[in-house]
Amino acid sequence: MNGIIKENPIFVLLLGMCPTLGTTTSAINGLGMGLATTFVLLCSNTVISLLKRFIPDMVRIPSFIVIIATFVTVLQMLLQAYVPTLYDSLGLFIPLIVVNCIVLGRAEAFAAKNSPINSLFDGLGMGLGFALALTLLGSVRELLGSGKIFGCELWSEEYGCLAFVLAPGAFLALGYLVAISKLLNKK
Amino acid sequence: MKKLESTLGNMVMVLTLVSLVAAALLAVMNEITSEPIRLQAEQKEQNGIKKVLVLGADQQVSVAPAEVKSVDGQEFTIYRVTDAEGNAIGAAVKTSVQGFSPNLTVMVGFDAEGTIKGYEILSQAETPGLGANVPTWFQAEGKGSVIGKNPKTNNLTVTKDGGEIQAITASTITSRAFLKAINLEYNALFGSGAHGNTGATQPVK
Repeated sequence: MNGIIKENPIFVLLLGMCPTLGTTTSAINGLGMGLATTFVLLCSNTVISLLKRFIPDMVRIPSFIVIIATFVTVLQMLLQAYVPTLYDSLGLFIPLIVVNCIVLGRAEAFAAKNSPINSLFDGLGMGLGFALALTLLGSVRELLGSGKIFGCELWSEEYGCLAFVLAPGAFLALGYLVAISKLLNKK
Repeated sequence: MKKLESTLGNMVMVLTLVSLVAAALLAVMNEITSEPIRLQAEQKEQNGIKKVLVLGADQQVSVAPAEVKSVDGQEFTIYRVTDAEGNAIGAAVKTSVQGFSPNLTVMVGFDAEGTIKGYEILSQAETPGLGANVPTWFQAEGKGSVIGKNPKTNNLTVTKDGGEIQAITASTITSRAFLKAINLEYNALFGSGAHGNTGATQPVK
């Protein structure tokens, strides 16, 4: 469960930057993406850890990718059927979870070497850490960009700086959040 | 138990098995979710027709079966709506255009004169935070309202192209696609009026 704070995939390991920058335009999108990735991480870590002895080393990457892609597709179907609003707002980024390096990274670095129970918790920790980071980043961007958090208006949109909802703001906000987390971790 | 050796046979066997199980799982999931997904889409469409024509949920109207019309390879679905006495209220027209991403599906409600009553985005994959604002931006309370405008008398293109609609901030491509869809739909429904590609308000002879 190191993933939540000490080895947070975003702020410490700096993994999975693409969906991080792309989906955190608002707090709710960040949270949705984080939870979606957590689901995939949980399933893929557990299954890969269970199967690790049956997968020869030379074909482990293709096997892992097939397993991960399967869970992502399952997730995509479920979201489309039961949570269409979230599906609409995340759009393209759901299938892109397949190539999120956190998922493959944890499969390769942790699940392929550890027991299923440990891998399950590693997946949970990493996933929640990812969700936490994305929600935080999404909140900061939404607040600075449009004066809202989770859609609740704190101040008028007029004072918002649109750049924070756009790509440059994502890099800026992420940079400052990483700096702050480094500062806090040092103490 | 020892780890499987990386022999050709083992590798082929494992990859085949993994793929087979994955395919089976996906087939099952598809079976489970395809029905809710289809219902969602259908529900969205029925609600969309009422919403774009600004009809109350309890208002008695009859929706004619969908007419599918193809103009220059562009497909339109038209639902003509009449009230209880059989007077035409207007029509909802649906089409898909290429936005920033493919398949921006727009349904627009026109009254009998061609004035836009409302619109609804049925599916889109535009950039979150930017083009994905298209469902709200062009509504009456949005910044680039198209409600109450008529493609025949109003120049429904973005201000950058000389029109009168303010484009979504940083999403001109999505805005152009959306307005193009409206103009094309108007043409499909009334046969003349604004030209879909240029947004020119003179009928194309």
